[in-house]
Amino acid sequence: MAKPLINVPAKAKRGEVIEIKTLISHVMETGFRHSNIGEFLPRDIITQLVCHYNGEEIFRADLFPAIAANPFITFHTVATESGMLTFEWTGDNGFSATGQANIAVVD
Amino acid sequence: MDQSRRELLTGAAAFAGGLLLVSARPADATPASMQAAIRNMLGDVEIGKGKVSLDIAPLVENGNAVPMTVAVESPMTATNYVKAIHVFNEKNPKPNVISIHLGPRAGKASISTRIRLADSQRVVAIAQMNDGSVWSDEVNVIVTLAACVEGL
Repeated sequence: MAKPLINVPAKAKRGEVIEIKTLISHVMETGFRHSNIGEFLPRDIITQLVCHYNGEEIFRADLFPAIAANPFITFHTVATESGMLTFEWTGDNGFSATGQANIAVVD
Repeated sequence: MDQSRRELLTGAAAFAGGLLLVSARPADATPASMQAAIRNMLGDVEIGKGKVSLDIAPLVENGNAVPMTVAVESPMTATNYVKAIHVFNEKNPKPNVISIHLGPRAGKASISTRIRLADSQRVVAIAQMNDGSVWSDEVNVIVTLAACVEGL
């Protein structure tokens, strides 16, 4: 199963804007290609990434076949309080993966 | 007799000129499918230029993974923030690339990812603000090795 890579700073000042990087291994088959023996390759992509910060949704991305294989997505959030960020990827054929990262917020 | 011949000639010339205009147009007009996808996503709103900056290399060697960053000028406060960022292309099989939903907690409306480009084409990034205004930026990208053509 695909293990996502998540990069969140371990420590941040309260109110600081932090950068979050996520990478997950996935073929992101577009559904527009054929194999070398001419077989049609059905679509198999990740369709959504959602990020929650202590249970509150802070980021959601809808992905389409135009996203490259092994989706790498970077975004930002404000470090409001210590706690946990959870990430959830869902996709075709029942694909689902989760990840989490802890952050300590100091004053 | 002479008069009608002249009329016929000018008429023909005008027609040819018109034909040239018509045939020259689609080259830089937005392909309809992208326009339809944008309307489908955003409804019938006025799209302003500015505020958004789409950062993507104008010359790309490999269309299978093209780094792209979209940043939107916004204070990202509870009353003034970017609600969504959409990216569209005109020549991939499907016009949508990615749709991002943000809130004031994002702090900074800037995202990046890697996309596929099937051909040299125009990429458009559109930002939707919480007050309903819509802003965009676009980049023409030249791709030397296209995505989607290679087999496995």
